[in-house]
Amino acid sequence: MNTATRVLDSFLEREYSAGFVTEVETDSIPKGLSEDVIRTISARKGEPEFLLEWRLQAYRRWLRMTPPEWAHVSFPPIDFQDIVYYSAPKGANKDGPKSLDEVDPELLRTYEKLGVPLHERARLAGVAVDAVFDSVSVATTFRKQLAEHGIIFCSFSEAVKEHPDLVRKYLGTVVPQGDNFYSALNSAVFSDGSFVFIPKGVKCPMELSTYFRINARDTGQFERTLIIAEEGASVSYLEGCTAPMRDENQLHAAVVELVALDDAYIKYSTVQNWYPGDKDGVGGIYNFVTKRGDCRGPRSRISWTQVETGSAITWKYPSVLLRGDDSIGEFYSVALSNHRQQADTGTKMIHIGRNTTCTIISKGISAGRGSNTFRGLVRMSPKAESARNYTQCDSLLIGDKCAAHTFPTIEVRHPSARVEHEATTSRIGEDQLFYAMQRGLSAEDAVSMIVNGFCKEVFKELPMEFAVEAQNLLGVSLEGSVG
Amino acid sequence: MLTISGLKVSVGGRQILRGLDLQIGDGEVHALMGPNGSGKSTLSQVLAGRDSFTVDGGSVTWDGRDVLEMSTEDRAREGMFLAFQYPVEIPGVSNAYFLKAAVNAVRRHRGLAELDAMDFLARVKAEMKAVGMREEFLYRSVNEGFSGGEKKRNEVLQMALLEPRLAILDETDSGLDIDALRVVADGVNRLRSPDRSMLVITHYQRLLEYIVPDKVHVLGQGRIVRSGGPELALELEARGYAWLLEESAPSSGPQSGPARAAAAAAAAAAQASGGRR
Repeated sequence: MNTATRVLDSFLEREYSAGFVTEVETDSIPKGLSEDVIRTISARKGEPEFLLEWRLQAYRRWLRMTPPEWAHVSFPPIDFQDIVYYSAPKGANKDGPKSLDEVDPELLRTYEKLGVPLHERARLAGVAVDAVFDSVSVATTFRKQLAEHGIIFCSFSEAVKEHPDLVRKYLGTVVPQGDNFYSALNSAVFSDGSFVFIPKGVKCPMELSTYFRINARDTGQFERTLIIAEEGASVSYLEGCTAPMRDENQLHAAVVELVALDDAYIKYSTVQNWYPGDKDGVGGIYNFVTKRGDCRGPRSRISWTQVETGSAITWKYPSVLLRGDDSIGEFYSVALSNHRQQADTGTKMIHIGRNTTCTIISKGISAGRGSNTFRGLVRMSPKAESARNYTQCDSLLIGDKCAAHTFPTIEVRHPSARVEHEATTSRIGEDQLFYAMQRGLSAEDAVSMIVNGFCKEVFKELPMEFAVEAQNLLGVSLEGSVG
Repeated sequence: MLTISGLKVSVGGRQILRGLDLQIGDGEVHALMGPNGSGKSTLSQVLAGRDSFTVDGGSVTWDGRDVLEMSTEDRAREGMFLAFQYPVEIPGVSNAYFLKAAVNAVRRHRGLAELDAMDFLARVKAEMKAVGMREEFLYRSVNEGFSGGEKKRNEVLQMALLEPRLAILDETDSGLDIDALRVVADGVNRLRSPDRSMLVITHYQRLLEYIVPDKVHVLGQGRIVRSGGPELALELEARGYAWLLEESAPSSGPQSGPARAAAAAAAAAAQASGGRR
């Protein structure tokens, strides 16, 4: 085996460092899904009547729906009765998140180990964190400081209690219950997630982030996130995700809704590192997520940035509805699929308002026997006068057993629309490695330099702290793996 | 001192180098000439550590060390530099980042302090000026979208920054117009020094008008078939390669069939080169 192959192989053999299990007592309900289960979830969370009704309505819709089969992924049918729909660390689910002093130290240690210390004076000092553990939020930091600006940043459950009118006004207005099979399921059984409200004219003074952790066995995570930026407001929000290594697959079916009113700006970044399964494809998370932003007001802007390295299967298309005139939608994505991982991801940009623009930059990396699919839709509706789109879609292949696919769909219904699509496919070459190593770079440094170079246009969109994390995620595992 | 003895190399079962002997003393500049397919590039890549070749026999020692046992990056860090015939593009990685990473990898190995951004920029800008490269090339991706001449200048720039003890230039003159050739040759000549040896691989005598070698070797059918002083290059320019290859052909015994074919190809190449002038 030559050096290049050996280096690439060791790059691919990296260990999943977040795969540990936290030993905590949990308060879980039995497996299975029924109206009773939904009533139980709603009761445990002490929800108002309207939300229970909303959940039940979604459930009844879901019963009439079938799972989507058009994606370029394959897996055995999911038994939805074999999943635990609610699991919480004991004591954490009664009154919502408490002060950090009251949080189980074992949970704090878990987040510390994951590199997300929850103490406000710790490393992520400029970042407010909502920590979601299985089905509940265990802590949210910097709430007081944010409240001084009128910003609400709390768990979804808490928002339901404290700000029911806001929840009622916006919930399901971007991703309707019946949008798709998994959004209907999520609407019926969602447990926790984050809620962000930035009032008129306020620029959020710090990064907001949510860290999702799946811990319990057989448990699905169905989080719901809702972010609202009123007129002229702006916010940068980031989510991170990990899960223990387990031999069975676990389902993560989230819904994220973003609402940007006039002149508002929401930047939403994801560093997704769910357990991808082992090298033979055993275990791992099924990440079936619906994410959509609504540029509701003129000149509003929504930007999605995602770095997807985890999950056994990813099915996700963060999208933007460009309704306001002059609104802007952006999608920057790096998706890595290694071993037997399958990723079918991309975006939908629906241009409705005049003069709307969107940018799509997608970087797919396929390695091992991984399969990476970009699926995109750019729709210029009949009213979208002078709308513009630019799409760049690049695939990098590592090794000769992986696959990359691109399915762009473009619909233009206004003659003034301008649409551009560029695509490339390349292979990490033995040439590139040899060139870099001939200049004295180690094999590890050479590979991570080449991969980082490929991803650069996306990484530069991430907030500083997380750009470093994302680079490490792709490269750190190379340390000491050669020789 | 670099000593190559009886080096035999094959790729995919096909023998390319068939017992090559070559010695380059400290501070000497040797030119290696020969027709297409004679194994010139194979030799340069084997020396630099590319492992898509199989070494079937022979040895390479460099100041007493067994080169073939060293990793690619260690050869580089110890001061071996290969200027590529086809420099490789690395999209998204800025030239500045790449050069700094390389310079510091080599400095670390030599026990020197790493250069910080300021010191590095000062150095690189001075060297760029010398090879006639504009500063914008620092911030462009490595070799991406560079013209042929720009790529070769970038190679010479890297050579200057890395300060090798042994530099191998693989057809650095190919694809260059006369002005670019002069700039590249000037860059190389500036780097000539008593503790830096060079192996200049070229097809044509033209480059050797600018870089005057101490010795000239002709490679044919995987072996050195003739060595001499700079005047040998002139003779080749006048007579082509064919006569030399024919002289050495009988010794290849049963393989004279392919050898004759190679000689014929070489004759054709020499003729083409003669017609150009």
